[in-house]
Amino acid sequence: MRPIIRVEDLTHTYGINTPFCRSAVDGVSMEIYEGEFLGIIGHTGSGKSTLIQHLNGLLQPTSGKIYLEDRDIWAEPKKIRDVRFQVGLVFQYPEYQLFEETVYMDVAFGPKNMGLDEKEIDRRVRASLRFVGLGEDMLEKSPFDLSGGQKRRVAIAGVIAMEPKVLILDEPSAGLDPAGRRSMLENIRAYHKERGTTVVMVSHSMDEVAENVDRIVVLADAGVVMSGTPHEVFSRAQELMDVGLNVPQVTQVAMELKRRGVDIDPAVYTVADLRRALNALKRGRAGC
Amino acid sequence: MLKDITLGQFFPGNTLAHKLDPRTKIILVVLYIVALFCARFFVSYGLVALLLVMSVKVSGVHPKALVKGLKPILFIICFTAVLNLLYTPGEALVSFWVFTITREGILQAFFMVLRLTMLIMGTFLLTYTTSPIALTDGLETLLNPLKKLHVPVHELAMIMSIALRFIPTLIEETDKIMSAQKARGADFESGNLFQRAKALVPILVPLFISAFRRADELAVAMECRCYHGGGGRTKLHVLRYAARDYFVLTGFAAVLGGVLVLAHFGL
Amino acid sequence: MTDIIRTENLTFAYPADEGQQPHTALDGVDLTIERGSFVAVLGHNGSGKSTLAKHMNAVLLPGGGKVYVDGMDTSNEDLLLEVRSRVGMVFQNPDNQIVANVVEEDVAFGPENLGVPTAEIRQRVDSALKAVGMEAFMLHAPHHLSGGQKQRVAIAGVIAMEPQCIVLDESTAMLDPLGRREVLDTVRRLNREKGITIVLITHHMDEAAMAGRVVVMDNGKVVMDGPPREILVRMEELRAIGLDVPHTVELLHGLREDGFDVPLDAMSIQECAAAICEAL
Repeated sequence: MRPIIRVEDLTHTYGINTPFCRSAVDGVSMEIYEGEFLGIIGHTGSGKSTLIQHLNGLLQPTSGKIYLEDRDIWAEPKKIRDVRFQVGLVFQYPEYQLFEETVYMDVAFGPKNMGLDEKEIDRRVRASLRFVGLGEDMLEKSPFDLSGGQKRRVAIAGVIAMEPKVLILDEPSAGLDPAGRRSMLENIRAYHKERGTTVVMVSHSMDEVAENVDRIVVLADAGVVMSGTPHEVFSRAQELMDVGLNVPQVTQVAMELKRRGVDIDPAVYTVADLRRALNALKRGRAGC
Repeated sequence: MLKDITLGQFFPGNTLAHKLDPRTKIILVVLYIVALFCARFFVSYGLVALLLVMSVKVSGVHPKALVKGLKPILFIICFTAVLNLLYTPGEALVSFWVFTITREGILQAFFMVLRLTMLIMGTFLLTYTTSPIALTDGLETLLNPLKKLHVPVHELAMIMSIALRFIPTLIEETDKIMSAQKARGADFESGNLFQRAKALVPILVPLFISAFRRADELAVAMECRCYHGGGGRTKLHVLRYAARDYFVLTGFAAVLGGVLVLAHFGL
Repeated sequence: MTDIIRTENLTFAYPADEGQQPHTALDGVDLTIERGSFVAVLGHNGSGKSTLAKHMNAVLLPGGGKVYVDGMDTSNEDLLLEVRSRVGMVFQNPDNQIVANVVEEDVAFGPENLGVPTAEIRQRVDSALKAVGMEAFMLHAPHHLSGGQKQRVAIAGVIAMEPQCIVLDESTAMLDPLGRREVLDTVRRLNREKGITIVLITHHMDEAAMAGRVVVMDNGKVVMDGPPREILVRMEELRAIGLDVPHTVELLHGLREDGFDVPLDAMSIQECAAAICEAL
């Protein structure tokens, strides 16, 4: 697989020369591959927010480099806006950035800034609203009359409408209720599948990440501590807990079973997988 | 960028400067400003500067933090300096086109810059060493006599302390909204004045909406904690003058006296 | 009297925009909260759970029916301060409920409003901060604290008013797992050690699992009420109203379908593993 974004020895220090000076990201190197669904996990203060704001050039590295398709994004600082169109970033609680009179106009803000023509903007607005599961009847409504969940969807559509090569979402399900969370994740999964572009989801919910992504990068204390497939990461569950992260409940059950002497792979992370493993085990036992 | 603004920030500490009664400190700042505006020449300015340096030393505030506070008004300082430099009549030193730089102009500009810088640093020292609550508390108590004239002193003090409490929060929020709009390609740095003003709409609308929401929620939270105006309220910290307050007040008054005397003799 | 809060046929509707039907948020709620209990109120967004919470200390007044706090009718305006000092409220957004710029001043805000003498305020502030484990941050500025710490300060601000009950209105919704744990550990301890009644409004099922009683709201009505072991296993019903069950319960449901002989209410990791071991 080809990396679409490459982070090389990235360090970012806030508040140099003030009493609050600290490095939020310290010597991070990582790759994001084309077309993958990547999960970035880490607790608050692990540096994940700072890291993702470098990926689209909102923050400039104190040292280190970011490559987008093998080009240093800061090679021409004047063209940094183009990087932002190619790497779409949805912030945490994005509903607080809505400002236009209608949903249509708000979603069109990004494409307009790209200098697209009316027809193309129209196509993109409609398409992106469909991706986030909102109907055409929403187009002329004021975004401020919508429910919290709908507002968030409009905000995400506003970024999708730029048709970025990489879509980064920071805690897209934060604060939603279980049903809202479930449908939000379904929409994101469907978007990834249909568009085939790279999606990065930042989260502190292990369960959420485990069930959705191809690969996980774990951040702690301003650095990458682990990366790999969910199976690889959760097979090191103890280390995760040591850096203060939760492990999916299912994995915890499997670990506890293992500890009680059941012959089971403790790195399972979905209910369906554990169920399958237990059934196989039972059949095996019944056989002998 | 916005995070660099330190206005209204308080650095907790346990120095004499922190321990003084806020009322004392407000009076001190007033004395200091009066002294600053009465100072005439090097000696008197030197005396006020010495006072500032000593106060900074005592407060334990890093001088860099004070210098940083000047950043937002750098433009005003430069502007007044240039005006004073070019438009003070006197003994001409250099002359070009319609401008004449005079000896008096240079001095005037120098003192103006000094005065403004020291004014800002002195007041910043007050906010750095005094929690906004203590500050408003001090103001409220100092202004208490005005209640007789039906001035809503408590309400004003409360408004001020809440405003100060929310400055860092709103600055952070502005930063966040700006980043979010930049991520959608908003451009705040290019274009003419009109375009730039228009570019602020995507920041101001969400900011106002959020400020109103915060105000709403805060009002409910305050009511839930039984807030019902200034009547019948007690205080965690009751302001009481201590010996050190009288001591420092006397010191500052003496310096003001000294400056007045020096200024009288044109020093 | 064993009830700290009692609602009788409580109804409430938010005023509607012009030309539209008023939105009914509560529709005949009869609920009693026992003194010293730990009750979780579950429901999806818009189920009426927050509206219910806001009635518990007279932020909202009943549109119909009655709410009694410690026997006092909340609609009696003369008792307003009494009611609010007995039932404290912690809200969702930690930033929007901290009034002061220094932690200790914020904690003192409630007692100051109640006119508590200065010496006693000091003592209450100290013990409240200790109760939430934030005494080391007494002189800090709140905006430098983490979300979980801010919420603990907010809880301390409520405790300093010496209430009998604390209502947490989705106070964990905006926190990360670490912050949530901080807040939950704190309220659990307050409940256990000080006997303060806790009403926890949430949509996190694992938080509900630690309560003594779970009340599920849907459409402005109480639809389920009982101990977590009885409520949180009703997977189909909960999903139908936009909620979920803990993954352990989901697993046990699945295993049961597969013919395993497991109980459904082995919710904790330990219990769940033990039950599976048994059935293998």
